Amino acid sequence: MLEVKDLHVTVEGKEILKGLSLTIQPGEVHAIMGPNGAGKSTLSAVIAGKDGYEVTSGTITFEGKDVLEMDIEERACAGLLLGFQYPVEIPGVKNIYLLKAALNAQRAARGEDEMPAPDFMKLVREKIKFMKMDSSFLQRAVNEGFSGGEKKRNEILQMLLLQPKLAMLDEIDSGLDIDAMKVVADGVNSLRDANRAILMVTHYQRLLDHIVPDVVHVLVDGRIVKTGGKELALELESRGYEWVLEESAA
Amino acid sequence: MASEEMEQLVRREYTQGFVTDIESDTMPPGLDENTIAFISKKKGEPEWMLEWRLKAYHQWLKMTSPSWAHLDYPPIDYQAISYYSAPKKDEDRPQSLDEVDPKLLETYEKLGIPLHERAALAGVAVDAVFDSVSVTTTFKDKLAEAGVIFCSISEAIRDYPELIKQYLGSVVPAADNYFAALNSAVFTDGSFVFVPEGVTCPMELSTYFRINAANTGQFERTLIICEKQAQVSYLEGCTAPQRDENQLHAAVVELVALEDAYIKYSTVQNWYPGDEDGKGGIYNFVTKRGDCRGDRSRISWTQVETGSAITWKYPSCVLRGRDSIGEFYSVAVTNGRQQADTGTKMIHIGEGTRSSIISKGISAGRSNQSYRGLVKIGPRAKGARNFTQCDSLLIGDQCGAHTFPYQEIGNSSATVEHEATTSKIGEDQLFYCQSRGISEEDAVSMIVNGFCKDVFQELPMEFAVEAEALLNVTLEGAVG
Ligand SMILES: Nc1ncnc2c1ncn2[C@@H]1O[C@H](COP(=O)(O)OP(=O)(O)OP(=O)(O)O)[C@@H](O)[C@H]1O
Ligand SMILES: [Mg+2]
Repeated sequence: MLEVKDLHVTVEGKEILKGLSLTIQPGEVHAIMGPNGAGKSTLSAVIAGKDGYEVTSGTITFEGKDVLEMDIEERACAGLLLGFQYPVEIPGVKNIYLLKAALNAQRAARGEDEMPAPDFMKLVREKIKFMKMDSSFLQRAVNEGFSGGEKKRNEILQMLLLQPKLAMLDEIDSGLDIDAMKVVADGVNSLRDANRAILMVTHYQRLLDHIVPDVVHVLVDGRIVKTGGKELALELESRGYEWVLEESAA
Repeated sequence: MASEEMEQLVRREYTQGFVTDIESDTMPPGLDENTIAFISKKKGEPEWMLEWRLKAYHQWLKMTSPSWAHLDYPPIDYQAISYYSAPKKDEDRPQSLDEVDPKLLETYEKLGIPLHERAALAGVAVDAVFDSVSVTTTFKDKLAEAGVIFCSISEAIRDYPELIKQYLGSVVPAADNYFAALNSAVFTDGSFVFVPEGVTCPMELSTYFRINAANTGQFERTLIICEKQAQVSYLEGCTAPQRDENQLHAAVVELVALEDAYIKYSTVQNWYPGDEDGKGGIYNFVTKRGDCRGDRSRISWTQVETGSAITWKYPSCVLRGRDSIGEFYSVAVTNGRQQADTGTKMIHIGEGTRSSIISKGISAGRSNQSYRGLVKIGPRAKGARNFTQCDSLLIGDQCGAHTFPYQEIGNSSATVEHEATTSKIGEDQLFYCQSRGISEEDAVSMIVNGFCKDVFQELPMEFAVEAEALLNVTLEGAVG
């Protein structure tokens, strides 16, 4: 469903992604691991359409469509959704208002009517309960004053509501306590089905114990240098990245 | 997002620009004693009123236009302005909407102000000013029943001379400043509200001001008095048609609150700001001041300013009464080449007086905006408190925001807090919203509305909706 081919990306004159290729099929869960500064966040940001990244060559296609030709909101409406590593605060804008605006924008893009308010409320209540969040979070300003863990839960809450085809989660596990990790993982796992896929960036095996990946990639210096099954993550956990580098250099 | 895109996003055409073709009974341009005598006669005023005007005129002649504001405009030729304009048939003015010129109603319609509906639905009494004369006043009976007087200032001068003599100019003296002096000499209309002791005005009072005849300055005079324990909420909204000549607008608003009285004055101002180069907009030089004369009285100014080429406006509170309260909530949006120098003055005189100021400035395009706030604590204002929060939001990188907080503290037991922030509309915030599927335009309006929320929630309900819509129109524009 997602195909990244030989992607080269430059940020402020510096090449960050240096010929990255990646294919994700429906139903799969992919994990991307790799050292700090390797370009993991850059990859998900470029797929989501963030400004400031220059794609110098390569392609990204999603369900046959050229992603690089699409506006940010078009990508979201097509089913590509990014869960942020650092979700921003938007003062004065109620969380529930953002949820509603996003859901209805995506429905409009599909040619559907706005969801009637009672149905929407019912849906939101169900999802927020699933995320074990207090309903007061709906009335608070988007992410404002949320703790690190609360922000992450809020990201997943949006995912549950918007039901993306491909969810991209950038270090969704950082800042989570043990219980929250379980809740977030349950949330992500509930998105798994034969038609959806998940792309996770993480540094820790811990998350992968809860959300078991089908494929694990190692991203080093702007390239995917090794791909394997879930056991690769375990190996990385015990041996670090050095050996992968040596292996790929050989 | 690139900054040109940002600029495009906020560029928009003025949607309320059109001129209604109603013959005006306009005086030739120019200002001297004869002009003033003409206005006074036209209004059927008593002799003492003419004298009052002439005195103001002579004071004005000795004054010079203020130059300290952060504004840039060519000198105004006061002899090129026409000081009186009224729809024809001043004598037989319409008594009900059915009698109103259908063309005028059409104008209101175009402005999105379906007068009859709005009045009926929202329970708002409307005193509509078309050019300089009140055209229609509704709900008068209901107000009269409660003992509330709501009429044009001209009527009040004729019918309630004692109240006028007592209060007119008692908050903003004729010689207060250049524009106030000019207004005192030549004002032609405006509203008068009197709420007697113990009465809560049974409905929100509203006036729509428009400027229509070409080359006509408009000088309203508004006076609102709340006696002991009386309360009123007054709404003022403005729009004007597109034109080429710069138009001067110099209003004076005076509020008087006696013991335990509460006056809430809300404004949504959307005058023609001029074209992209700033040509043809309204010059808005207003003096608005509230006098908390009685103990525990309270005056609250809420304003949403989106229009005018130049705005010079500082709604103020004089907190004379013990424990009286002054409030100022403001959202000002400038775009294109608009210039705004606005803010407030809180003058603490009485003991235990409190004031709060929340100012939100949004600058886009090549506009420039200044917040100028004075908090003055007099020697007798023991335990006075002020809180000021002043936030600026910049859209694009060719606009400016400046903050000039002045404090004069004459009593050491006072507490004065000031917080100020300036931020660019967050590209990260925009990206966050857009990456959820929300369009750029909706995302901007969502973020800006969020930024203004503290102020919007102070507006009366139906006005808040209008203000949000207005903000969206102001910042709307061509995505792509
Ligand atoms: N706006 C920018 N300006 C300059 N350099 C940037 C910018 N954005 C990213 N980079 C650089 O690109 C490289 C990749 O960053 P990226 O955030 O993608 O790494 P990452 O793999 O997600 O790292 P981490 O594991 O620490 O989150 C880093 O060296 C970073 O400093
Ligand atoms: Mg990262």
